[in-house]
Amino acid sequence: MAEFLMPTLGADMTDGTLVQWKKKEGDRIAKGETIAEVDTEKAAIDVESHTTGIIERLITRPGDKVPVGTVMAIIREEGGPTTSVASPRAVAAPPSPPPPAPRTESAAVAPSQAGRLRISPAAKKLAAERGIDASTLQGTGPEGAITLDDIDRATTATTDIAKPVGAADRQARMRQTIAAAMARSKREIPHYYLSTTIDMGRAITWLKDSNEQRPVTERLLYGVLLIKAVALALRRVPELNALWKDGEAHRSERIHIGTAISLRQGGLVAPALHDADRLSLSELMQNFQDLVKRARAGSLRSSELSDPTITVTSLGEQGVETVFGVIYPPQVALVGFGKVVERPWVADGLVVPRPVLMASLSADHRVTDGHRGGLFLAEIDRLLQEPQSL
Amino acid sequence: MNTPLSKDDTRRQVLRILGEIAPEADTTSLRPDVSFRDQLDLDSMDFLNFVVALHKEFHIEIPESDYPKYMTLNGCLTQLSAARS
Repeated sequence: MAEFLMPTLGADMTDGTLVQWKKKEGDRIAKGETIAEVDTEKAAIDVESHTTGIIERLITRPGDKVPVGTVMAIIREEGGPTTSVASPRAVAAPPSPPPPAPRTESAAVAPSQAGRLRISPAAKKLAAERGIDASTLQGTGPEGAITLDDIDRATTATTDIAKPVGAADRQARMRQTIAAAMARSKREIPHYYLSTTIDMGRAITWLKDSNEQRPVTERLLYGVLLIKAVALALRRVPELNALWKDGEAHRSERIHIGTAISLRQGGLVAPALHDADRLSLSELMQNFQDLVKRARAGSLRSSELSDPTITVTSLGEQGVETVFGVIYPPQVALVGFGKVVERPWVADGLVVPRPVLMASLSADHRVTDGHRGGLFLAEIDRLLQEPQSL
Repeated sequence: MNTPLSKDDTRRQVLRILGEIAPEADTTSLRPDVSFRDQLDLDSMDFLNFVVALHKEFHIEIPESDYPKYMTLNGCLTQLSAARS
């Protein structure tokens, strides 16, 4: 049996509100598939399951606000035992519905008996009148039957959710979340800062040529080259690709670049571009476009918010030349890029105008020293001089 | 090719596309000669999405070197009317 817990969708998230379940009891769920929509301080997030299996029980009710780590559902893992577990930590959990049909190798095609709903005729009628899908509810009547009271409660929950959170309210809550994470960062993380100026001439020329060959729907932004360069440089200096937990750094095998995206109404999110080192520039661009679109529409996925292993922030669009970033805990590094500007540059003994970019690194001194940080920035520079191999 | 659009129709469509990219912006008070970026706080991703949307809506090719011509409302209308004729 696996427990589905209220996830942490960012540093300092303490609780979340279940908006709705995307699956019913007895449904099969695959790892990575959305199981629930959870409202956090920042946005409504589609939360993915970490387990493949059959949903044994949904414990949390839509509308309930529960602390991080609360068991929200029980999933029977594929190949796992079929016996029902004792109600885990759930307060006043309703009785289990009839256990689903025992899983055999062919269980995926066998219709489950669990789908049969215990509901009184009056409750059924009321549910239909109010447009509530009774199969998503937890009955509190005899043997888990759904009662009129259950429908009433579901109606209240639905009404509460339907009431949109005011933009101002959302913004205030997001500000609080950012405040908590950044205060924690500055309180706990001994930052050190390095920066270097990178000649972007080759990268920009290469990008211009490449975009000339590409239809408008497939063109690249130079920000994608920067993200890819950071991802590849992390392979050389992997200690910067880590999370600080329980007093020590844990390196991450995979490279998930948190990309700071400012929201139009104010505020900021930094969801992950997963496995950025392994994607082609075209794939990375597509994923980046999709991520920005969904970040601004408020439909990010839980894994995107919870698993970045480093953050990249580009403030060049605002005319900024140098970024002095604050690390997003529990990450241990942040890379900042400023604006590409024309500056006099010495190349082969001659002063020439070149487009240059200031790259900065904010890193956790508990984990790395300036020497390794310097190697990392030098590697980003080297990679950007060979844009064709990114 | 679709039936040619009037200048007003074209203007309406361009404003609709901008409204989708910057939903909170008031496009009715847009100054036609000032760049979208300055008025609507568009970043390069927004502008790319805008160009892609123009391409799809008006069936025109927009090379990257022409981007600056599409940065104001008047610029867009001039380019789109030239593409139609």
